[in-house]
Amino acid sequence: MLRFLEYLLIAGCIAVLLVVSHWIGHLAYFWMPPEATEEAQKVDSLFSFLTSIGAFIILGLVGMMVYSVIFFRAAKNDYSEGHPSRGDFKLEILWTATPTILVLWIAWQGLNIYQQLDVLGLRQIVHLHTPLEEPAYAAASDDKPKPAAETVEVFVKQWDWTFRYPNNVTSHELHLPVNLRTRLNMHAQDVLHSFYVPEFRLQQYIVPGRNIDLVVTPIRTGEYKLKDALFSGTYFALMDANVRVESLEQYNQWLSTAEHEPNTIKNQAVAEYTQPPKTLFKSNWYTVAPAQEAIANERKVMNDT
Amino acid sequence: MTHDFSEPLAEDIEPETELENNWRQYLSFSTDHKVIGVQYMVMTFIFFLIGGLLAMLIRAELITPASNVVDRPLYNGLFTLHGTIMIFLWIIPFNAGISNYLVPLMIGARDMAFPLLNAISFWILPPSGILLLSSFLLPNGTAQSGWWSYPPISLQVPPGQPINGEFIWIVSIVLIGISSIMGAVNFVTTIFWMRAPGMTFFRMPVFVWSALSAQLLQLINLPALTGALILLLFDLSFGTQFFKPTENGDPIIYQHLFWFYSHPAVYIMALPAFGIFAEVLPAFARNPLFGYRSLAVASLGIAVVSIFVWVHHMFTSATPGWMRMLFMVTSMLVAVPTGVKAFGWTATIWKSKLHLETPMLFAMGGAAMFLLGGVTGVMLAAVPFDLHVHNTYFIVGHFHYIVFNTITMAIFAAIYFWFPKITGRMYAEGWGKLHFWLTFIGANLTFFPMLPLGLQGMVRRISSYEPRYQGWNVIASLGGFLLGVSILPFIANMVGSLLHGQRAGNNPWLATGLEWTTTSPPPRDNFEVIPVVRRPPYDYGDPKYSVIEPPDYHQAEH
Ligand code: HEM
Ligand SMILES: [Cu+2]
Repeated sequence: MLRFLEYLLIAGCIAVLLVVSHWIGHLAYFWMPPEATEEAQKVDSLFSFLTSIGAFIILGLVGMMVYSVIFFRAAKNDYSEGHPSRGDFKLEILWTATPTILVLWIAWQGLNIYQQLDVLGLRQIVHLHTPLEEPAYAAASDDKPKPAAETVEVFVKQWDWTFRYPNNVTSHELHLPVNLRTRLNMHAQDVLHSFYVPEFRLQQYIVPGRNIDLVVTPIRTGEYKLKDALFSGTYFALMDANVRVESLEQYNQWLSTAEHEPNTIKNQAVAEYTQPPKTLFKSNWYTVAPAQEAIANERKVMNDT
Repeated sequence: MTHDFSEPLAEDIEPETELENNWRQYLSFSTDHKVIGVQYMVMTFIFFLIGGLLAMLIRAELITPASNVVDRPLYNGLFTLHGTIMIFLWIIPFNAGISNYLVPLMIGARDMAFPLLNAISFWILPPSGILLLSSFLLPNGTAQSGWWSYPPISLQVPPGQPINGEFIWIVSIVLIGISSIMGAVNFVTTIFWMRAPGMTFFRMPVFVWSALSAQLLQLINLPALTGALILLLFDLSFGTQFFKPTENGDPIIYQHLFWFYSHPAVYIMALPAFGIFAEVLPAFARNPLFGYRSLAVASLGIAVVSIFVWVHHMFTSATPGWMRMLFMVTSMLVAVPTGVKAFGWTATIWKSKLHLETPMLFAMGGAAMFLLGGVTGVMLAAVPFDLHVHNTYFIVGHFHYIVFNTITMAIFAAIYFWFPKITGRMYAEGWGKLHFWLTFIGANLTFFPMLPLGLQGMVRRISSYEPRYQGWNVIASLGGFLLGVSILPFIANMVGSLLHGQRAGNNPWLATGLEWTTTSPPPRDNFEVIPVVRRPPYDYGDPKYSVIEPPDYHQAEH
C-alpha cells in the first residue's frame, strides 16, 4: 500500500514537472528578439523544445536535491549510514538509456530543422588568384546554390560593411526585400568576420579566400542591426550596419535613388581612430588603422570571388 | 552544524607539524608530491586573484554602454589575459596540483613515479606566468586576440617589434603546455604502476579515475595545440604562411588544431571537479557513492567522446553542412556519460543523512549549477540554435556556469575538504559558510544575466554595446564585484586557520579512502606501512566494510 502511494506520488510529481516545463518552453519565445525571418521561426521552435527538455531535467534533479536538503538532514553528531545501497542495476540502465534516447531525439529535431533552414554556408574553396579554376570546382560541388530571388554581395573588412546590389549600387546599409529568398554572397578582405543579425537568428563566419553564402528569407519589415560576431580587432564593437527589410516596391525605389545619391554613412571606427574618446585608463597601444572610405569603394573591383 | 569542535578532536600536544617546522620547503625545489601539490595550488590561486581583478575591470567597463573605463586595445588585452590566465594558470594547473597531492595518497603510493620530473613540471610554471604578465609592460601591451588567438587577427602586431604581446603569449602557452605534458606522463605512469597491493582499478576512488581520464586527454590532445602554436609563432615571427589566407595559408586549420585540444580541455578542467563531487558528496551524505562503477567508467567515457566533438566550436565557421550534422550528434553524446554522473550524485544524496558543512555546500552548489551549464551545452550542440547564439553572451554564460559555477566551486569544496589533511588543522566553519553564500549568490548574479543577454544578441568581446542591453549588464557587473568580495572571507579563513585552527586529527569527516588513514599532514613517505586494500571504495553504508576504524568519540554515538 505504502509502496503504491509512493509510486503515485512520484507519478504526480512527474506530471506537474511535465506541465511546468512545457510552459517554460512556451515562455522561451519571449526571451528572444522579434522573429524577422522564416529561419528565425524554425530556430525559435527548436529553442522552445530544448528549453522544455532542459527545464524538465534541471527542475527534476534540483528538486530532488532541495528536497533532500530539507528532509534528509542528519542529527548533530549522527555519523551513521544513510542507507546502504551501492547501486541498482535496473535504475542505472534506465538512466543511461534515458539521456541516450533524449539526445537522439534532440539530434533528430536539430537535423530536421537544419535541413529546413537550408542556409548554405561554406561552399567550396576558391583559389584567390586563379579565378579561372572556379567553374570546374563549382560544377563538381553538389552543394549548388538554391534558387534565390535576389543576390547581394557582402564585403567586410576592419571595420566596415559594404553591400553591392544587382544593379551595382553599393551602400553601407543592407536593404532586403521582404518575403523573398535572398542570397548573401560574402567576402572578407583581411581577417575573419562573422555576419550576425540577432533578429534573423543566423550567423556565419566570413573567411578570406573562401566562398561563403548565406540564404535568408526576411518576413518582417523593419530596421535591424547587423553585427560582426567574431572578434576582429580594436574597433570590433563598432562594426555595426543597419539592416532594412522593406516591401519590394520600397526596395526597388531605394535601389534606384541610391544609384544617384552618394554614400553618407560615416564609419564609426574611422571616427574613433582619428578622435579617441575619453577613458579612465589609457594604454595607447598599437591598433590597425581602419581602412578609409576611398579604399572601401575600390575593394569591389579587387574582389575576384 | 554537526561537528562539535569545542572538544579537541585529537591530542593537542601533537608534535609540531612539518609545515610549521619548515615553511621554507614550499619555496624550495622539493620532489615531494605533497609539497609540489601545495606549491601548485598556492601559485595558481594567486593567478586566480589576478585573473579575477582583470574580470572586474572588464565588468567595470561593461556596466555602462559606452566605452569609458579602458580604451579599446586595453579592453581587448584584458579579456585575452583574463581568459588565458583563468584557463592556463588557474584551473588546469590547480587540478594538476590537487591531483599531485591526492593521487599518490589515494592509491597508496609513496610518491609520484618520477619525482624529479614532477618538480620540473611545476617550476616551469611560475616563470611562464610571470613572462605572460610581463607583456603588460611592453610599449604595445599584451596579446589582444582572445585566449584562442585566431589568425589572422593574432598576426596583426605592431610593425618592427619582434618582441610583442602575441609573441610572449605564444611562448608562455607553449611552455605551460610542455609542463602539462610532462605532468601527464607522470600521472598516467603513477596511476598505472604505483598502486598499493589490492588497489585494483575498480577499487580506485572516482577522483583517481577522473584524474587519469583528464591526464590521458592531456597526453593525446595537447600536442595538437603545441604544434598549432609553434606554426603560429613561425607565421608571426619568421614569415611563414601556414595560416595567412591572403597567401594561400588556411586560418581554419588553426581552428581545428586549436579546438582539438581546447574542447577536451574543458573536460581536463571538469573531470577532476566531477571527481571531487564523487569524494565529497558520499562523505557528507553518509551513503556509498551510488553506481560507483558506472561513475568511474563514465569518466573515461566522457574523455573518449570529448575527443570527437571539437567542431562544435566551428559550426558557424567555414564548416560544411555534413560536418555540422556529424559533430552535432557526437557533441550531444557527451550528455550520456555526464548525465550518468549527475544522476549518480543525486541518487547518492537521496535518502541520506546530510551534513551541510562547507565542502558539502560547495559540492552540492557546484553539482546543481552544473545542470544549467550542461543543459545549455546540449542546446549549443544543436546546430540551428548555435547559429543564433554562437559568439554571444549566451556562450560566455554557458561556459562560466561550467568553469566558475561548477569547477571553481568544486575546487573550493576540495580545498575545504582536504584542508585538515593538508595542514593538520580545521578551518573556521562560519567563515566557510559565509564564503559559500557570497560565492553562490555572486556567481549566479554574474553569470545568469549573460544567458538572456546572449539570446537577445549581445555579442561577446565587445567593449561597448547598445543601451538596450544595459539592465542585465548592471546586474552582472554588480554580481562580479560581489564575487570579488566573496574571496576575502576565504583568504582570511585559510590564513587564520593555518596559523590558529584547531587540530584536525587524521580523519575529521570520518571519510573512507586511503588518504584519511595516514596522519594529517602525512609524513614524507605518506604511510608508515604501505596499506593493503581489501575493500571497495566509499564504504559508507556498511560499517563492517570500512577501511577505517571509527574513532572512539564517534563510537559513543552508536
Ligand atoms: C571571477 C569571476 C569571473 C568573472 C566576473 C568573469 C567575467 C568574464 C567576462 C566579462 C568575460 C568577457 C567575455 C567576453 O567579452 O567574451 C570573460 C571571459 C572569459 N572568462 Fe571569465 N569571469 C570570471 C571567472 C572566470 C573563470 C574562473 C574562468 C576559468 C576558466 C574564466 C574563463 C573565461 C574565459 C576563457 C573567457 C573568454 C575570454 C575570451 O573571450 O577570450 N572566467 N569572463
Ligand atoms: Cu567544446
